[in-house]
Amino acid sequence: MTLVRAFLVGGLLCGLAQLILDTTKANPAIIMVSAVSVGAVLSGLGLYGPLVTLGGAGATIPLTGFGHLLVTGMVEDATRSGLFGILTGGFRAASAALMAAIIFGYLMSVLFNPKG
Amino acid sequence: MLESMRRGSSTCVFREMPVIVSAAAVCGPKEGKGPLGPGFDLIYKDTLAGENSWEKAESRMARQAVEIALAKASLSNNDVDFLFAGDLLNQITASGFMGRELNIPFLGIYGACSTMIEGMGLAAALVAGGFARRAVAAASSHHDTAERQYRYPTEFGYQRAPTSQWTVTGAGAAVLANEGSGPRIESFTAGRIQDYGIIDPNDMGSAMAPAFVDTLCRHLEDMSRGPQDYDLILSGDLGRIGSTVARHLLKEKGIDLTGVHEDSGLLVYEMTPEICSGASGCGCIATVFAAKVWKELSAGKLKRVLLIATGALHSPTTCQQNESIPSVAHAVSVLGV
Repeated sequence: MTLVRAFLVGGLLCGLAQLILDTTKANPAIIMVSAVSVGAVLSGLGLYGPLVTLGGAGATIPLTGFGHLLVTGMVEDATRSGLFGILTGGFRAASAALMAAIIFGYLMSVLFNPKG
Repeated sequence: MLESMRRGSSTCVFREMPVIVSAAAVCGPKEGKGPLGPGFDLIYKDTLAGENSWEKAESRMARQAVEIALAKASLSNNDVDFLFAGDLLNQITASGFMGRELNIPFLGIYGACSTMIEGMGLAAALVAGGFARRAVAAASSHHDTAERQYRYPTEFGYQRAPTSQWTVTGAGAAVLANEGSGPRIESFTAGRIQDYGIIDPNDMGSAMAPAFVDTLCRHLEDMSRGPQDYDLILSGDLGRIGSTVARHLLKEKGIDLTGVHEDSGLLVYEMTPEICSGASGCGCIATVFAAKVWKELSAGKLKRVLLIATGALHSPTTCQQNESIPSVAHAVSVLGV
């Protein structure tokens, strides 16, 4: 059941992005940045948390989940150490995701050559 | 004073018509499997063509198209007075880099996908004017270098829009001479820039259609001809969508291309969904001309052909700045043997 819920929530988020790509002039860069922003705003309004509870990885892995992660970290650090936490919290919470992206991106570019 | 070779508003009609003594086309695997396959002089099994980058592969194909075209006419590099060449890369490097190995006086040109016909027109003018005994026009493109140049690197895995066109991996070259046998270049009509305000870089066919229409109309008016005076009017690379737009615009002007018009963007590949709206790139009309049309003109199957190549003159920077896409189309009419 967890898998089905993750599939449905993740699929819905990606399906929405695909619809925007197909029906508007928005390019992938705009859609990716918008997804992070929308996730952050929804998280701030307290709406993305319930989606994560429902869909698990289906809600955290798409880019909206990254926006949610940044805001969650900011709120946590701000609660603990005041307003300065807004500056530190985002990257602290997202550090694993960012490092993974850099390390795996680097490894793939060293190991493989594009075939076109 | 010299007698002018100008006719009408914008066409040069050559008194001594330059002869296209030879033409050659080199391509990648996808083009080799297409309908023109048997017409190519050299087909590479992979898009790297034995090089370690796609840019080098494109340059190699361009150089080989020139070398094969010269060899077919039993000419050496020293027999050529001018080489006109261009491609789609920044600073037209595919052409400049092939030039360093050819040792022929080099004139680099950029007209996007109209480059081949621009080169043939300029080469014809130099030959017809007595400034060159022989001149070569060449153009090249490569799917993977063009994607990196204009859109996203292919390894990014960007989803292609249905209106987009597939850049031809290949190069074509034509050798023009003041004597010999072969199809002859009768006239050259240079295009004016047209811009109907299309801003989508994934829909170049629609952006280029008005340029095609403008050049075609001026050529027909200057030559006092109609479309039916040609066995073939070959546009270069409007694609499926651009061709429809062009025919619609022409219908408004009362010009009917039924039966005489073909688009080189629709001749290179089997039209699978991946190809979207058709083929494009400097190499598109260059290879279609060298692998197919030149042969049919030489064999006498075509008596009079009008080649009109269209080029979209945008850059990724101008698109990001929301500029519309200016386009140009150049025409050359060729008489068969």
